[in-house]
Amino acid sequence: MPEPGPSWDVVADIQLLLQFHFMQNAFLAGTLVALLAGTAGYFVVLRGQSFAAHMLSQVGFPGAAAGVLVHVSPVLGLIVFCVGAAVGIAAIGREVDAGQRLESAAIGSILAFSLGLGFLFVRLYGGSAQGIYAFLFGTILGITDRDVQLTFAVALVTIASLAAIGRPLMFASVDPDVAQARGVPVRMLSLAFLLILALSVAITVQIVGTLLIFALLVAPAASALQLTARQGRGIALSVALSLAFTWLGLALAYFTNVPVGFFITTLAFVFYLAVRLVKTRRTVVAPA
Amino acid sequence: MSMLGLEFMRNAFMAGGCIALAAGLVGYFVVLRNQVFTADALGHVAFTGGLGGVLAGLNLLAGVFGSCIAVALAIGALGGRGRGRDIAIGTVFAWVLGVGALFLSLYTTARSAASGTLGVSVLFGSILGLQPAQVVVGSLTGIATAVVLLLIARPLLFLSVDPEVAVARGVPSRALSALFFVLVAVTVAESVQAVGALLIFGLMVTPAAVAQNLSTRPWVGMALSAGIAVAVVWLGLVVAFYIALPASFLITGLAFVLYLASHLARRMSRIGRLA
Amino acid sequence: MRILGALQLDHAAARLGGRLIWTEVDLEVQEGEFVAILGPNGAGKSTLLKALLGVVPLAEGSVRVFGRPVRRGSDEIGYLPQRRRFDPDLRIRAVDLVRLGLDGERWGMSLPSPAKTNRVAEMVELVGAAAYQDRPIGELSGGEQQRILIAQALVSGARMLALDEPLESLDLNNQQAISELIRSICQTRGVTVLLVAHDINPILPFVDRVVYVAGGHVLSGKPQEVIRTETLTALYGTPVEVLHTSDGRIVVVGQYEPVTHHPDDH
Repeated sequence: MPEPGPSWDVVADIQLLLQFHFMQNAFLAGTLVALLAGTAGYFVVLRGQSFAAHMLSQVGFPGAAAGVLVHVSPVLGLIVFCVGAAVGIAAIGREVDAGQRLESAAIGSILAFSLGLGFLFVRLYGGSAQGIYAFLFGTILGITDRDVQLTFAVALVTIASLAAIGRPLMFASVDPDVAQARGVPVRMLSLAFLLILALSVAITVQIVGTLLIFALLVAPAASALQLTARQGRGIALSVALSLAFTWLGLALAYFTNVPVGFFITTLAFVFYLAVRLVKTRRTVVAPA
Repeated sequence: MSMLGLEFMRNAFMAGGCIALAAGLVGYFVVLRNQVFTADALGHVAFTGGLGGVLAGLNLLAGVFGSCIAVALAIGALGGRGRGRDIAIGTVFAWVLGVGALFLSLYTTARSAASGTLGVSVLFGSILGLQPAQVVVGSLTGIATAVVLLLIARPLLFLSVDPEVAVARGVPSRALSALFFVLVAVTVAESVQAVGALLIFGLMVTPAAVAQNLSTRPWVGMALSAGIAVAVVWLGLVVAFYIALPASFLITGLAFVLYLASHLARRMSRIGRLA
Repeated sequence: MRILGALQLDHAAARLGGRLIWTEVDLEVQEGEFVAILGPNGAGKSTLLKALLGVVPLAEGSVRVFGRPVRRGSDEIGYLPQRRRFDPDLRIRAVDLVRLGLDGERWGMSLPSPAKTNRVAEMVELVGAAAYQDRPIGELSGGEQQRILIAQALVSGARMLALDEPLESLDLNNQQAISELIRSICQTRGVTVLLVAHDINPILPFVDRVVYVAGGHVLSGKPQEVIRTETLTALYGTPVEVLHTSDGRIVVVGQYEPVTHHPDDH
């Protein structure tokens, strides 16, 4: 239990928050994750790939457990499994879509199997219940210096790649047919983005967990897209929301000892709900 | 046989078989009606509802059943089909799980450290550790669900494959859809005990998908789906008895292997027909 | 031979979402007639079919089918709704879909019944679908699906077929083949056919009568009487022109120029 509780003195609170090494690591990793999730998430929502994000994160669970099982970092396991799944999706050659009944049955079967596999791995290394919860719902404890370094490297590579392919990716996401006609390599971009998504999911999972990935990778971007149609502002807003949810979530989790995933999902959900409600009211009132 | 000499194994076989029967039958229609992700969403609700039930001093089962049925009726009333791709649905159910995480931490800090495994058993099933009351409830609701489903099977099939004509022919579409949602909710709640909230797909959806790969005759498909569900549960239990691996992993793993095999078989037969 | 009234609408009016779709409809269709229901989009053609199926209740007036008030689920009317194709991954055999037309609305399971199986086989034979009856419905072509659906509509012993745009999204050959099939069912079995279409041409050689729904009203008669410039202009309430092409096709042209100059504006 962290000892003295929060006061209204913000500076003192922040000092309190950052006095332990694990919290410094959590904030460092969280900030990197939020930057990446906010940026990649914008394209996820724009391209309608939120379901692929959901799927990749669940495939990540056995990855994280396997990482612990073979005594490497869980983040490394996550990266390997998520990238492997992304390559698998690309090999199938179709967009992952829950719309078709046999396709969604196939996806469902894979998800159940991969979560079961993760459970098996945890059992094999004799992991505790708390360890499972950390993978599933995220944690602020136990992010090591090596995890932070790995997160930093991944975030750097993916954000740089996103910056490099940003403009054609935007074109290909919004209007694939015209983009193709204008010589944009749509298929190649789609594979590249899938890999970026896999890496983003892999490092986001360490903060919010396998099951709550929507809260950081989809909800902030979805709110941002509701609020503005401008691309630059949309991405900036999406990143800002991700950062805000992550920092607030980490701080609240530290002071209350309640899982960080609860706070981040609640913040994301409440904000998204509010945006949708405001939007609906405006569209109901506005048309003459 | 010494395996059946153990009470917990007998319990697991009985309750698991009855639950699998219902899951296979209901699952056939879940796949047919393209409501796979409704079942997934209900699994999330079951986790949070179950822990909420315990936290409120009620029974775990009461929480699971109550929350599932309430949410299923709400989804039915909103007329949503609950497809996984919708952002709003994804965000809501991530939040539901987030609340589940909160309940879990409240529960584990309020109780002794030993009770920390409750969440794991809700998430990943606890078929080998069923209480006598759970065995009775699981078996009876499983059989009851299967019976009710068979009673409505024909008009439900009609409504699922050909809704406009079914309505014109007098099938009560709204009532039947709502009743089916309740059956899905009850089945999800039962399946949580067998394979856990996260692995429900493996029991409800995978056997049904195998059946639809193997047969295009609806009644044969239903029988296959139920048969496969029961078979993977029993086989999973037998394997779990001899090698100490989690039963829910074995059940979903077996189902998944069958799915891959059936998918290949369908591919092969299609190639064979074209040649 | 006594000619029986198959369908009778008296002063009928239908309302959809609070809006009157059509009013004061008087219409009589004789048994064994092949009637085409034509009209622009949104005029209420499908609503007309749904009214005689008992799915949409009338706002005013009455509708009688074979002399009796309508009720939902009657075995006497076979219905083929307007729809897109079945999903390619719907893994249900075509013949099972026909069987559902026979007893799909009853509670409980289907038990093996030689009589019902024979009845289904007879209908599949009639529409010429025996070759592909065991394949999944979603894998069939549009024309094959339409044949199966006609068998489904007939299987309960229907004496009237209510077909909503059955030729839509079919190629010309299939349009011809399905129209001929419907005509032959109509002639050999004495089944009354009400067929909603947006294009009269594929069915023109086969129909006895057309019913034109437009401008909130309904007009019926022989094709050459109804599909004329003066008649349709009166029905629409705006100028409409009917053209005959050299190969005998009929084209209805609306004059869509918006009124840009209104005398009352000054």
